[in-house]
Amino acid sequence: MRVAIIVFPGSNCDRDMMVAIESITGRRPALIWHKERQIESADLIIIPGGFSFGDYLRCGALAARSPAMEAVLDHASRGGAVLGVCNGFQILLEAGLLPGTLVKNTALKFVCRETELAIEPDAKSPLLDSLDTDAHSQLLSIPVAHNEGNYFAPEDELDALEANGQIAFRYYTKAARQPYNPNGASRNIAGIFSPNKRVLGMMPHPERAMGNGHASDDGRRLLTSIIAGVSA
Amino acid sequence: MKVTINISLKEGVLDPEGRAVETALANLGFTDASNIRIGRQISLDIDAEDASRAQHRAARMCESLLANTVIEDYEIKVAEEE
Repeated sequence: MRVAIIVFPGSNCDRDMMVAIESITGRRPALIWHKERQIESADLIIIPGGFSFGDYLRCGALAARSPAMEAVLDHASRGGAVLGVCNGFQILLEAGLLPGTLVKNTALKFVCRETELAIEPDAKSPLLDSLDTDAHSQLLSIPVAHNEGNYFAPEDELDALEANGQIAFRYYTKAARQPYNPNGASRNIAGIFSPNKRVLGMMPHPERAMGNGHASDDGRRLLTSIIAGVSA
Repeated sequence: MKVTINISLKEGVLDPEGRAVETALANLGFTDASNIRIGRQISLDIDAEDASRAQHRAARMCESLLANTVIEDYEIKVAEEE
């Protein structure tokens, strides 16, 4: 199982993700500098969180046009698995690997808190296969930390995402048993898949929910499932 | 050629920043201000033979990087030569 993590100037979750993945696979992921044009035989490529290129122009806009992203696009076009977290999700959208965009949180505040994610019952992806996707009985508790996490897409695009089962997670609250929206995201969307369900972009940070002092170990459950799905 | 590109949010896209500024203006007594939208202006020089070529290149730049056409519109102005 070979995992590569792309590093941009301003990435700040690359090492957390490296440690998180290594704790699951026992093999240290390769850190790939954004100027690399080639990524050697990776089974899973991860675009980590942070503030790539200082969020200049738009979040993820400059990173999405970097040489390493051409290799990521190539990998994805061959059916390769890609995970983008937070700024990584913004980069995947800017690169056109996933539809829509992420705009400023409606409250104009940086949101840093634990969130509950409802796994979408229709999200049939190999990456989630080893997670129980039985409606809302299974929630993932994973924190978010972002200023631009408000998912936006035109209504017809949102309808298409739902119809194709491309929505991975929606924000939810266990206590109130109802949707919860920390950032104004359309239809409470926290994460989406590409049409082939092999590219996943999500705002919450699974590498910050690894147990061992973290508030939850649901990030570990999710990453373990993703790695199992990629290997399968 | 001197080129100015105005990038603005498409109609129908919520502008939380514009809304916050509107509230602040209202607090200052400017209750006559509404529909505030905040955009971005990019000015640049383009090495081109004529205005239409510069316009064309600027549009390409907008489509490939400068604007996110999911949520933004762009308007290009090429300055007349002296």
